[in-house]
Amino acid sequence: MSAFLGWISTLPALAQIPLVLLAFLAVIALLIFFLEIAPRTGRKFTIIRAAACVLIPGLVFLALGSVLWAAGAATLFGALFFYLDYRSKQGVGYLFQLVGFLSPAIFLLAIGLIYPTIQTTIQAFMNSRGTRFVGLENFIWIFTQDTGIRTVLNTVVWVLIVPVVSTIFGLAYAVFIDKSRGEKIFKVLVFMPMAISFVGASIIWRFVYAVRPAGQEQIGLLNQVVVWLGGEPISWLSNEPWNTLFLIVVLIWIQTGFAMVILSAAIKGVPAEQLEAAELDGTNAWQRFINVTVPGIQSSLVVVLTTISIASLKVFDIVRTMTAGANETSVIANEMYSQWQGFEVGRSAAFAVVLFLMVLPIVIYNARQIQKQREIR
Amino acid sequence: MISHHYRRAIVPIAVLGIAGMVLSGCATSTGGTGDTSGPGDAGEADGIVTIYGTISDTEAELLEESWADWETENDIDIQYEASKEFEAQVSIRAQGGNAPDLAIFPQPGLLADLASRDYIQPAPEGVASNVEEYWSDDWAAYASTGDTLYGAPLMASVKGFVWYSPSQFAEWGVDVPTTWDEMLTLTETIASTTGSAPWCVGFGSDAATGWPGTDWIEDLVLREAGPEVYDQWVSHEIPFTDPAIKSAFDSVGEILLNPEYVNAGFGGVESINTTPFGDPARALGDGTCALHHQASFYDGFIQDPKNGNATVGPDADIWAFVTPSIEAGGNAVTGGGEIVGAFSNDEDTIAVQEYLSSAEWANSRVSLGGVISANNGLDPASASSPILQEAITILQDPSTTFRFDASDLMPGVVGAGAFWTGMVDWINGKSTDEVLSTIDASWPSE
Repeated sequence: MSAFLGWISTLPALAQIPLVLLAFLAVIALLIFFLEIAPRTGRKFTIIRAAACVLIPGLVFLALGSVLWAAGAATLFGALFFYLDYRSKQGVGYLFQLVGFLSPAIFLLAIGLIYPTIQTTIQAFMNSRGTRFVGLENFIWIFTQDTGIRTVLNTVVWVLIVPVVSTIFGLAYAVFIDKSRGEKIFKVLVFMPMAISFVGASIIWRFVYAVRPAGQEQIGLLNQVVVWLGGEPISWLSNEPWNTLFLIVVLIWIQTGFAMVILSAAIKGVPAEQLEAAELDGTNAWQRFINVTVPGIQSSLVVVLTTISIASLKVFDIVRTMTAGANETSVIANEMYSQWQGFEVGRSAAFAVVLFLMVLPIVIYNARQIQKQREIR
Repeated sequence: MISHHYRRAIVPIAVLGIAGMVLSGCATSTGGTGDTSGPGDAGEADGIVTIYGTISDTEAELLEESWADWETENDIDIQYEASKEFEAQVSIRAQGGNAPDLAIFPQPGLLADLASRDYIQPAPEGVASNVEEYWSDDWAAYASTGDTLYGAPLMASVKGFVWYSPSQFAEWGVDVPTTWDEMLTLTETIASTTGSAPWCVGFGSDAATGWPGTDWIEDLVLREAGPEVYDQWVSHEIPFTDPAIKSAFDSVGEILLNPEYVNAGFGGVESINTTPFGDPARALGDGTCALHHQASFYDGFIQDPKNGNATVGPDADIWAFVTPSIEAGGNAVTGGGEIVGAFSNDEDTIAVQEYLSSAEWANSRVSLGGVISANNGLDPASASSPILQEAITILQDPSTTFRFDASDLMPGVVGAGAFWTGMVDWINGKSTDEVLSTIDASWPSE
């Protein structure tokens, strides 16, 4: 495998792309082929399967370079599927195919999510070189010094303010422009910031907040406005605790468009009959909105709120680009990166675990909501 | 029957096989290669040597020009790659098994971090003998971790110059100060004569905001507490909360936290953080600012046409004196520089590393202008400008006590992290004790 990749890397860049794609497609085609013929009967298929029985453990042997691995894998999975087939109520081969089709996704999850999660959790309880178990030392370090506590608190502030404000703004906007003339244009205007990268948005806003001494020409829009109104230029990003709020504005600016688009689509899905019935009952517009529209779009609201919550929990680029965490504006993701860059793997992983624990309730709530909706349907 | 069930196992084995291929394809070495034995076991002598560093734009072109002749003579192609994100990227590349052959480290602390994790090759014999011949023991120590030498210094800069206008000084009837107290008196005199703040200070530098502040503190620790305490501070034998360090902060605060003394042409004390470090060059040039503390590289900023094209020299628009010591006649200076560390140890890489540590290269690069080196084989006449000649004289003077920039020697989380943000918080009015304990808390556990 390494040799194959090594050979590919010697080719010109443009030739590499189709080759890698071809190899990938070949592997997928093989997988699907075996999944398809697995439950079939007939001599031809039996011969193919018999050949595969020899070839595939052989490949495992070549890839991992050990007979034990190949034999062990064959035994383990053979036993597992024997049991699954034996217990299956949907007929021979059902569970086998189910697991077969799921396994690429499960495998990718395992190397991309589960393994790193376990590894990071272990690192959080080790010293920076990963040579010694230090217990809760890294967590104690986070929660016993100003910067650490401040970092966690700032993240909490982000996650409390951004989702709520973005959703309220997005919902209000969606309701007001609903069925108006030029709705598309209004939508595009608010949705545009979504298309800008976080770093790009941060640079734009850093210029908005830029400050020059009184008496000089202001290059920052906000301070120019302040000066026109007869005030002194304010250094927006260096006065805590307000500077965190000025950073939060950037994420709200980005996320409002997202909330507006999803909620606008949901509002259009509220049955007109219900709204008419409510109108006949003599309700005013506000009561209709609160009692008919909002319950009708509840599931979308939950999705929007949770998505933005997770986005604000892991906010990194905005803080990194605008203040680099100076003036008490640091958040967990930024601190995680800074510690890791300084080879402080243990402390960095501890921050990651804290972040993970903060995201977890939101994810669990989201999953349960989805399950509830499925039951209703 | 058994075969019937056995064929059910085909797919998972296939999946596992593919998994194995993927995993073996992206297997990386989990440790460095520095713990290996002889030369030639890391990297290959293919006639190409890659160098990675922070030096970019014009400076990078001059760097490439400096070794161009040597490349053709020795038939080795040196490929230099610059990155502004070097500090973050070099550790990522080392850990990812994609390290360059050589890297030019502006922070010995970062080199030590990597060396102690076995990513850096110990210096080859040729390099070690060059270091012994051309560099002082101090410099050799900056390139060493424990008792092992990991590379040779490359270029250097002298920090702690105070830039001023000789003609303004003559006009106000003041002289260049020879002690710290005289400098405070001078500041007071200028403030009362002109009715405005004498000093201009800029800490702004994007993600590195705050670094010019660390230079102030380092200068004062070295002058007030002496080189021994300075070394203890760097190695964390004394904490940041030590009275010696606090006293240095207090002394710097007499200037930087005093609204009467800063920030000429930019606003109040807090404007220090929002002023990019290059901007005071303009204020110096147009005379709105009388004094500015910055390293020898600043003459480039002062002479930049964008900043008003002022000239630099003893009899020109702007000149500089070294931040005075506490007692008259002190000769301690802080400075910075680069160390070249190697990730590979093949013949080609060693040849390039030896050449870069030679006096031949130092003269070749310095004669192209803009930089100096602490290499003792350097001819001061090679230097292009008065301030660089001044700096070489200071570096080559045997009586000079030279100390490397402390924040560059400290572990990255402190020297390129908490110390910078600490300076910013301190300017914003956080109490010195709080700032010091916060910086100290960030020191690596082990």
